[in-house]
Amino acid sequence: MKIGILAVQGAFIEHKHILDSLGIESFEIRQKKDAMSDFDGLILPGGESTVMNKLLRELDIFETLKKKINSGLPVFGTCAGVILLSKKVKNDNFLCFESADIEVERNAYGRQLGSFLAKEEFNDSEIKMSFIRAPKITKTGKGVEVLARVNGDIVAARDKKQLMTTFHPELNTDIVHKYFIEMIKGI
Amino acid sequence: MAKERHELNKNLAQMLKGGVIMDVTNAEQAKIAQDAGACAVMALEKIPADIRVAGGVSRMSDPKMISGIQKAVSIPVMAKCRIGHIVEARILEAIEIDYIDESEVLTPADDLFQIDKSQFKVPFVCGAKNLGEALRRIHEGASMIRTKGEPGTGNVVQAVHHMRTITREIAELRLDNLKVKAEEYRVPLSLVEEVLAKKRLPVVNFAAGGVATPADASLMMLLGAEGVFVGSGIFKSGDPKKRANAIVKAVTNYQDYGMIAKLSENLGDAMVGINEKEIEILMAERGW
Repeated sequence: MKIGILAVQGAFIEHKHILDSLGIESFEIRQKKDAMSDFDGLILPGGESTVMNKLLRELDIFETLKKKINSGLPVFGTCAGVILLSKKVKNDNFLCFESADIEVERNAYGRQLGSFLAKEEFNDSEIKMSFIRAPKITKTGKGVEVLARVNGDIVAARDKKQLMTTFHPELNTDIVHKYFIEMIKGI
Repeated sequence: MAKERHELNKNLAQMLKGGVIMDVTNAEQAKIAQDAGACAVMALEKIPADIRVAGGVSRMSDPKMISGIQKAVSIPVMAKCRIGHIVEARILEAIEIDYIDESEVLTPADDLFQIDKSQFKVPFVCGAKNLGEALRRIHEGASMIRTKGEPGTGNVVQAVHHMRTITREIAELRLDNLKVKAEEYRVPLSLVEEVLAKKRLPVVNFAAGGVATPADASLMMLLGAEGVFVGSGIFKSGDPKKRANAIVKAVTNYQDYGMIAKLSENLGDAMVGINEKEIEILMAERGW
């Protein structure tokens, strides 16, 4: 199994470290030729969604990844990665892959002073969740499964082969990455 | 609680990695920076090159101007306070700035003490010329470090010098010299131990001070910077939009020299550089 990590900006190395610890091969996607190669899963990391969206297009990565996501490549988006996948961003004309049937609100908890830690269950394990200028998933479509909530807000969800967390598991735990790997395996 | 806050503040710096933070002086420039792919903007009234020309005392920017920039963009907004100026920092915290830069670019307000940053909820980034300075700032509560370089010069030599010094001094740490180093750096032993174990600073480290071209930005990444601040280099150049775009892409693909060659084409005039020997105020010497 080989996982591609979008590495145009943000906290991509943290994902690599978790995958390394799980013995999963990974590589960085910085240009079109990386995106064109064969891989079994894609990670869209935390960072700035505006920067990633722009670089995806200008470095000519966007169409290749969009096609792969649309044809069922398993993908895992954290924080900004969720914004890239969502069909709609509330109060904004931001659009990227538009592949996950959810609506998100950006910077929904405010500026950095609104960033916070929580402990909640994900897939029967209690994990630490870091929310950094995080978005909120404000609406979900019919086929979307809610995987975790904090104070009523949806913080983890799955739309078919797309896994999304508004927090950053890559900073604290390998539990969500393990779930993603199982998802790739089709379990 | 304070520990959690510090962790979250270090985490925000992690999200900025691989990105470019640009100096902007108004909402219009902030939008240009965001559209060009800046991962954050630094709001300030005068960019370092103009501060040099103006002379006199330079202080924190007008909070209203900073708020205007906060409203104009969705990316994080940073702002500078003077070294040791606790109240300027409190003002920036009150307007919910995302990061405070306790910066040598402004005239220092305290000749003995830097701010006790652990008393604040908002994160701080601080400049450093060497490992000791970086660790003193981290011990005071900084959650991100940048090289000082020599701001407003368009000359990258000092940023290179500072980055190389920090890297060398980390490599020189050994179990048998840790106590001596902790004393020399005037920081707790545990902090030096952490650096030895991780073989890196315990917080994110960006390059700053003199970056003017895509090649400069790539050079700093190659030397181990995790991202780049560009101050005067963009809005003091002939075609800010194009240059900003090029620097962002050069940071992402800092080892693709064919791409950087293309990015460096027809950028118009770079800012007129000055050498640190030709200037009267060495901003990097501010801070202790």
